[in-house]
Amino acid sequence: MAFPLNSSLLNNRRLRAGLLAAPLVLFVAVTFLAPLAAMLVRSVHEPAVARALPQTLGALAQWDGRELPGKAVFRIAGSEFVALNERRALGSVATRVNRLESGMRSTLLGTARALAAEPPGDSWRQAMIAADPDWAEVSSWLALRRAGEAVTPRHYLNALDLDRGGAGEIVRQPEDRRIYVSLLLRTFAISTAITAICLLLAYPLAWLLAHARPRRAGFLLLLVLVPFWTSLLVRTTSWIVLLQNQGVINDLLVALGILAEEQRLALIYNMTGTIIAMVHVLLPFMILPLYSIMRTIPDRHMQAAASLGASHWQALRRVYWPQSLPGVAAGSLLVFILCIGFYITPALVGGRTGQLVSSMIAYHMEQSLNWGLAAALGGILLLLVALLYVIYDRLVGIEKLSLN
Amino acid sequence: MRFLVPPLVGLTLALALAGFGAPAKAQTLTVVSYGGSYGRSVERAWVEPFMAETGIDVRMEDYNGGLAQMRAQVESGNVFWDVVDLVTPEAVRACDEGLLEFVTLDELPASADGTSVSEDFPPDSRSECSGGGLVSATIVAYDNRQFPGERPTRLEDFFDLERFPGRRGMRRVPIVNLEFALLADGVPLDRVYSTLDTDQGIARAFAKLDTIKDEIVFWEAGAQPPQMLADGEVVMTTAYNGRIFNAQVLEDQPFTIVWDGQVQETSGPGIVLGTPRLEIARRFIAFVSRPESLAGISEHISYSPTRRSANALVSTHLETGIEMAPHMPSAPANMERALISSWLWWADNGDEMNERFAVWLSR
Repeated sequence: MAFPLNSSLLNNRRLRAGLLAAPLVLFVAVTFLAPLAAMLVRSVHEPAVARALPQTLGALAQWDGRELPGKAVFRIAGSEFVALNERRALGSVATRVNRLESGMRSTLLGTARALAAEPPGDSWRQAMIAADPDWAEVSSWLALRRAGEAVTPRHYLNALDLDRGGAGEIVRQPEDRRIYVSLLLRTFAISTAITAICLLLAYPLAWLLAHARPRRAGFLLLLVLVPFWTSLLVRTTSWIVLLQNQGVINDLLVALGILAEEQRLALIYNMTGTIIAMVHVLLPFMILPLYSIMRTIPDRHMQAAASLGASHWQALRRVYWPQSLPGVAAGSLLVFILCIGFYITPALVGGRTGQLVSSMIAYHMEQSLNWGLAAALGGILLLLVALLYVIYDRLVGIEKLSLN
Repeated sequence: MRFLVPPLVGLTLALALAGFGAPAKAQTLTVVSYGGSYGRSVERAWVEPFMAETGIDVRMEDYNGGLAQMRAQVESGNVFWDVVDLVTPEAVRACDEGLLEFVTLDELPASADGTSVSEDFPPDSRSECSGGGLVSATIVAYDNRQFPGERPTRLEDFFDLERFPGRRGMRRVPIVNLEFALLADGVPLDRVYSTLDTDQGIARAFAKLDTIKDEIVFWEAGAQPPQMLADGEVVMTTAYNGRIFNAQVLEDQPFTIVWDGQVQETSGPGIVLGTPRLEIARRFIAFVSRPESLAGISEHISYSPTRRSANALVSTHLETGIEMAPHMPSAPANMERALISSWLWWADNGDEMNERFAVWLSR
């Protein structure tokens, strides 16, 4: 008779645990999963134009895309533009078509205004081409049709510097508009460099923290934590004071005679500035996981290695390093993931060459309002992180990921 | 999905915003403007007199431009910004996207000299959703201490590294800078946008920017350029004229404005679509659009009214008593070579130019 009792106890315990975790699950769902899902949907789903121009798009669906559409299409499109503009719904359509073909915003709005002012009777085609000669270009109609795809890969294509040619084939963007791939690569490269530098700086420091006498370790830990608790903005702007052309470091180097007045170093508003400031900001995220792992490595292991004849270097490499690896991996993963999405520090100190892909995401969120493209760029970053996770799992095993 | 996403976004936003204190009372109007010395001018010239006249409570908030917050509020149906101050290109985009209420001419108050309202506003000086407004100029400014001998006097000097060596500050956007480049390259005022309409014209502008690319320090916020000049980080910079004026008169900085080749932009407040306080928001827009309110800004900062009849009402700087007319972008002496920025051109080409500019930056 013990079995059912046990089972109901277990169920009860499970239920209680479930209830305790429920607020957290809800919190994660609302603040993390839902926006993430909304973002991913936005990156492939943009129904505004399709909803606004159902008849025009229906008429264009049959069109071959090689020569100008027939007169009937002009009439359907023209009257739909006029009707939309009266409901002031043409503007958002126009900005979306304009993203595919610059100039289409004023083409659409201007045409709607002209047609409303002077109804064309039955010569819609002439009237529209008279209102704006762009309507005599096949590319305008192609842009209109493509903007009307509700479910579309175009944001991802755009985010990879690709475009669709006249027949729908995938082509590369012209050279002076290829921006995102190089920006993504640069983001990857800078993040790798920052992670590596953080690891180099953090490893010995974490070792000191983990194996020093408690008093000294406490003091050192404070030195790590105080900047960690300081506002990101304050730390970033302090770097400006230190690194700028007329800043503390350059002034010092000039005063000491190491540099001549006109040789001042460009330490900020470039990639160097981004790397220096971000290494400083992210260093605690490397130190703390390393420290927590290293604290669990007994000093005796090194002594044992030494007593078996290992040199200091051998003991470090073959005994200590493998045991600290989970900390190395956790810290690196954490720093790298924070890096690729970092925004405010590169924006402030990155100048021309130190910008990450986050700057373009912010631009598309704030200025161009092209949230689909921003979402696609975010989706690519997310994919990168997921890839890293898989690689990490294969190499180290995710169960070893320990922040202790 | 289309039914699912807006509520999810709305819920997320509502939760995120719950942390920002209780919502304002129904009759407190929230006015959002660019902060700093300009924001203070708005508060003193528009907000305080409006409260005194109507008894309506107004709360001010700062922002740095951009439309994301407005769009999030409109899409989630939870509008808590009522009136937002916008530069005209952003107002046009917000208007297109259905984020702002229309403001028609007959809502706007009469002119100061009896001309009709439609004649009082220069063509294209406002979007269909803006009241107001003000003219600000992007100009080149320099620090006198950096040029003991010959001083820059023309826009061309900004691009002349031989006669005027040293680093230059420039806003990290294509707008205004492409215009500056072409003007300095000898394109006449009335040909700037038609030149930019061609690929060769765009290439020409970027080629001109290339000549000083290595010496440029980029800025983003309007408060940065006067600071960069004061720090000696740059010898010359593009800047908003009002910011340089304030540094000159309030902080005694030895800065000089080169008015030659100035590029003028307009701005004005708009009403966020769907605000529950529409009626008092409209009263605020009408109040601000009065010629005397627009001229009132000039007691605090050197931005001109867009309304022609309001320019006669510009008087003196409240704190220092300086006669303001000569410091205005629209002063005749400053207008010898002045370009009016075409928001129409930027509405059509802004997205593409921003991409090209980003490519240029990263190379």
